[in-house]
Amino acid sequence: MSNPQQLRYSKEHEWLSAAENGVSTVGITEFAANALGDVVYAQLPEVGSTVSAGETVGELESTKSVSDLYSPVTGEVTEINEDVVNDPSLVNSAPFEDGWLFKVRVTEEPADLLSADEYAAHAAG
Amino acid sequence: MSSTEPTELRHTALDALHRSLGATMTDFAGWDMPLRYGSERDEHIAVRTKAGLFDLSHMGEITVTGSEAAVFLNHALVGNIASVGVGRARYTMICQADGGILDDLIVYRLAETEYMVVANASNAQVVLDALTERAAGFDAEVRDDRDAYALIAVQGPESPGILKSLTDADLDGLKYYAGLPGTVAGVPALIARTGYTGEDGFELFVKPEHVVRLWQALTEAGEGVGLVPCGLSCRDTLRLEAGMPLYGHELNTSLTPFDAGLGRVVKFEKAGDFVGRDALAKAAERAASQPPRVLVGLIAEGRRVPRAGYSVVAGGEVIGEVTSGAPSPTLGKPIAMAYVDAAHAAPGTAGVGVDIRGSHEPYQVVALPFYKRQK
Repeated sequence: MSNPQQLRYSKEHEWLSAAENGVSTVGITEFAANALGDVVYAQLPEVGSTVSAGETVGELESTKSVSDLYSPVTGEVTEINEDVVNDPSLVNSAPFEDGWLFKVRVTEEPADLLSADEYAAHAAG
Repeated sequence: MSSTEPTELRHTALDALHRSLGATMTDFAGWDMPLRYGSERDEHIAVRTKAGLFDLSHMGEITVTGSEAAVFLNHALVGNIASVGVGRARYTMICQADGGILDDLIVYRLAETEYMVVANASNAQVVLDALTERAAGFDAEVRDDRDAYALIAVQGPESPGILKSLTDADLDGLKYYAGLPGTVAGVPALIARTGYTGEDGFELFVKPEHVVRLWQALTEAGEGVGLVPCGLSCRDTLRLEAGMPLYGHELNTSLTPFDAGLGRVVKFEKAGDFVGRDALAKAAERAASQPPRVLVGLIAEGRRVPRAGYSVVAGGEVIGEVTSGAPSPTLGKPIAMAYVDAAHAAPGTAGVGVDIRGSHEPYQVVALPFYKRQK
C-alpha cells in the first residue's frame, strides 16, 4: 500500500491535497478504505457548509459498519464528489483519485497533519 | 476446564492458508476467522452465480452415541430426532426449560445409534454442557468432537460439478439435508448436502490434518468455473438474503421458537417428555391467541443500511426492531430482517420506516426470503 508523497494525512486516515487557488481536496486513505470493506453509502458535507478540523462532517457506510467522516482541516466546502455519491465503491477502487470526497477552501490547518511516511508509520502502528 | 483469563484466539487448520491468500481475519466467537479475501460483494456474487469455498471449522461438532441416543435427543431437543433416517439431517433447536432458544442446530444421523449435532461456534460449549447434563439416565454418550473435525463448505451452482470431479460418491442420490460418508480428493469425509447460503452446496466434515489437502484440491477443481474462497462477511449477506436466522440476531434465549416464527420445529406429538415442553405449549397457545411480533423482510427505498438494534417505526411509533441488516448484492439495495408488531407485518404495509441514527428512512415490508434460487 503506498501513500502518495505529495499528500498530507490526518491521524483519522483522511488525506489532504496541496491547495490550488486556496482549495484542497479531501479523501480517505487506501488503508482506511481497506479497513472499511466495500463502501456502499457516502454521506458527504453540504456544499457551502463550514467544516472544522477533527469534527464529523459525514459518514461512510460499508457492508459491516458505519464510520464517521472527519474533516482534516477547517474551511468551507466548495464541492463534493457526486460520482462517489452515485457509486460509493470508487472509495475502494481509487481512494486517492476518483474516490476523493470533497473540496474545501482552507481557512485553518491543524499543526499535526502527517507526511506520507509519518502516516505510513501511524497506520502500521 | 473454563478459565476466567482472556483466552487466545483459536486458529483453524487452514489458518496459514488463509493468511497466504491475504485474508482479512476477524475474531468470531473466539476463533480467528477469514472475514473476506478480497471484496465481500464479489465473493457473494461468486456464490450466487458460480461457487464459493468456506472454512467453517469453528462450528461445534458433538457426537452422540449409544442404544438410547435417539430417545435421548428427543428428550434434549425440540424436534423429532428419532424419526430422522440414517444418512439424513434435520434443522432443530435446543431450548431452555422456559422455552428460550439456547441454539439452533443441525443434527445428522450417521448410523442407527450415532448422531452428529452441529452447534453454532458461539454456543458450542453451552450446547455441549446442556446435552451432557440432559444425558443423565440415558444410555447415551455425549462426546466433544470440536477438535476432531475441520469443516469446509462448497456452495453455489457450480458446486456439484466441482465435487463430482473429486469423488465417486453418489452426489445425484444425495438429497438436500442428507449426508453420507465418502472420499473427496482421497480424503475421508462426511459429505453433507447442507449449507447456509440459499444455494445448492455441500459441507465436508474431515479430519483437521486432511483439510489443507482438501481445500487445495477443491481450489484446483474449481479454477475453471469461477470458485473463489469466501469469508464470513459474505456468508452473512448470503444467509440474510436467503432469510435464514442467525443465533444472536434473530434467535436468542429470550425468544421461544414460536416467537421466532419457527414453531414448526417443535414436535409436541413425539413420544416422551422433552426439555421445555410445558413452556413451549404455553408459548404456542399465546402465539395463537395474541400474535407475537413477526419476523419480516424490509427493503430500503434509499441507500442507508439498517443495522441490528435499530428501531422500526410507523406513524412516529416504534413498531419493531431490526435484527440483521446489510446491503444486498443481489437486490442492489439495503435489506433487513426485523421483528415487527403483527399489525404492520403484512407485505406491502404502508408507512414503515427504519430509524437510521435519527432519520426515518422509508422501507418496504416483504415476506422472507428476499432471494430463492431457481431449481
